[in-house]
Amino acid sequence: MTDTPARWRARLEPLAIFAALFLLWELAVRWFALPSWLLPAPSEILATARDWAPELAANALVTLRETVTGFALAVAISVPLAVLIAFTRVLRRVLYPILLGLQSVPKVALAPLVTLWLGVGEAPKVVIVVLVCFFPVLVNMIAGLEAAPRNMVDLMRSVEASRWQVFRRLRLPFALPHIFTGCKVAVTFAVIGSVIAEFVAAQSGLGYLILMSTSQSLTPLAFAAILLLTLMSVLLFYLIEWAERRAVTWHM
Amino acid sequence: MQTDGASPVLSMAGLGKTYGQGRGAVEALGAIDLEIRRGEFVSVVGPSGCGKSTLLKLAGGLEAPSRGTIAREGRPLDGPTRQTGIIFQEHVLFPWLSILENVTMPAEVAGHPAGPARARALELLAMAGLADFAGHRPAQLSGGMKQRAAFCRALIADPGLLLMDEPFGALDALTREELSLDLSRMWQDLGRTALLITHDIEEAILLGDRVLVMSPRPGRILADIPVPLPRPRSVETAALPEFHALKQQIRSIIFSQRSI
Ligand SMILES: Nc1ncnc2c1ncn2[C@@H]1O[C@H](COP(=O)(O)OP(=O)(O)OP(=O)(O)O)[C@@H](O)[C@H]1O
Ligand SMILES: [Mg+2]
Repeated sequence: MTDTPARWRARLEPLAIFAALFLLWELAVRWFALPSWLLPAPSEILATARDWAPELAANALVTLRETVTGFALAVAISVPLAVLIAFTRVLRRVLYPILLGLQSVPKVALAPLVTLWLGVGEAPKVVIVVLVCFFPVLVNMIAGLEAAPRNMVDLMRSVEASRWQVFRRLRLPFALPHIFTGCKVAVTFAVIGSVIAEFVAAQSGLGYLILMSTSQSLTPLAFAAILLLTLMSVLLFYLIEWAERRAVTWHM
Repeated sequence: MQTDGASPVLSMAGLGKTYGQGRGAVEALGAIDLEIRRGEFVSVVGPSGCGKSTLLKLAGGLEAPSRGTIAREGRPLDGPTRQTGIIFQEHVLFPWLSILENVTMPAEVAGHPAGPARARALELLAMAGLADFAGHRPAQLSGGMKQRAAFCRALIADPGLLLMDEPFGALDALTREELSLDLSRMWQDLGRTALLITHDIEEAILLGDRVLVMSPRPGRILADIPVPLPRPRSVETAALPEFHALKQQIRSIIFSQRSI
């Protein structure tokens, strides 16, 4: 009970700081009379966003769809792969160097190629997002599966637990917080991934909208799209954190 | 468990362990000869790093010996068995399970029916003074309570032998004394065979029927000292002159090794 005001303060403080920053921005633009194509004031961005609301919403939906699909696919691929790598020595020796090599390739450099192969639709964006998200999830999951302390493993062995039981009852729950860590890193990458892919070639999406509006000196619209992307990234992050709080109800 | 009173619960002959090989090899345990009979409580004391935990892991089948033989109820031991319960220095409770679920975990792994296991777990928890905490998570319990819960978990499968590696090591002195006496009482009520590893000489005497004194690494058994003190033991036991004489005897054996 006593900590409620403190918690409200903790929640409101960042909002207040952002409000102050936007106010400062607004005042600076007016004071120096900066032209709108260089740096628009927040009030102008807001007005533009209202005018372009249908376009912004439609394009945001495309980017969100690419991001979420790519992220979900990356998790669906890397979780079983992590289990295989963590538990079979041969696969570990063969697959790990390949994956590490793949990770060292700059994904941005791959974007034009993927677009060349898959066209300008949403598919190449999803592929880029998968490539970007895949590794953080995989690495964290492998680390998590191997993080169970020796004495906990010994305890399971002492009750004659099978390999499957050790996995199911010890290693998997132990890896859960690590998996969420990987997902949180990956989801912020995912948004970046889809925007980069849209920069290469696209007919829709917030990345496309930014490119289109800057080329026509519609700077306020570009800012609106960027703020929307930031909001999307933050919301996705907190969505995963919320899921984590529901799933990981213990602390070590 | 069969009760052919003839074979000891645990017997070791020339048992030794060397970790690693070549230049990095560490001889942790020399040649250990040891027999533990049914219903006996054997304490082991020795300097840090002398191989006490290694001895316990060998006894529990968690490590394979490098030399010598080890037998459980007369049969060679070739791996961990549910007939042996182990209590580690840290409580090793799973933080995502409730206390009750932690205690029933070994029974579930063994595929025993849930109902009786649950009932037995609640019985053991009540015996350990944890009846009101069955639904709590380990993080909500004190160190002593967690170790009591780990004790209940070790007993759920009704093991014929209990192995304990400094089970009170992480606790403060008061909790330690209380818990060790509680444990001693529970052990007597259940008529259990036990091997206790500790670095506390008083604890070794207070709980044990015998105290084995180990040499510095590679560990060997320097002395096997019977403890003829009456049971049940209590705080008063530690005030008996016999207790002090034993303590002195064990200390002098340990210190005689140090000066060499
Ligand atoms: N898994 C292992 N691999 C390599 N060396 C080990 C391993 N476990 C123990 N040792 C070594 O064996 C020796 C004995 O270790 P052990 O843990 O049995 O001693 P201990 O008597 O239990 O010590 P303490 O009182 O500090 O708990 C030590 O020198 C240690 O470094
Ligand atoms: Mg030890």
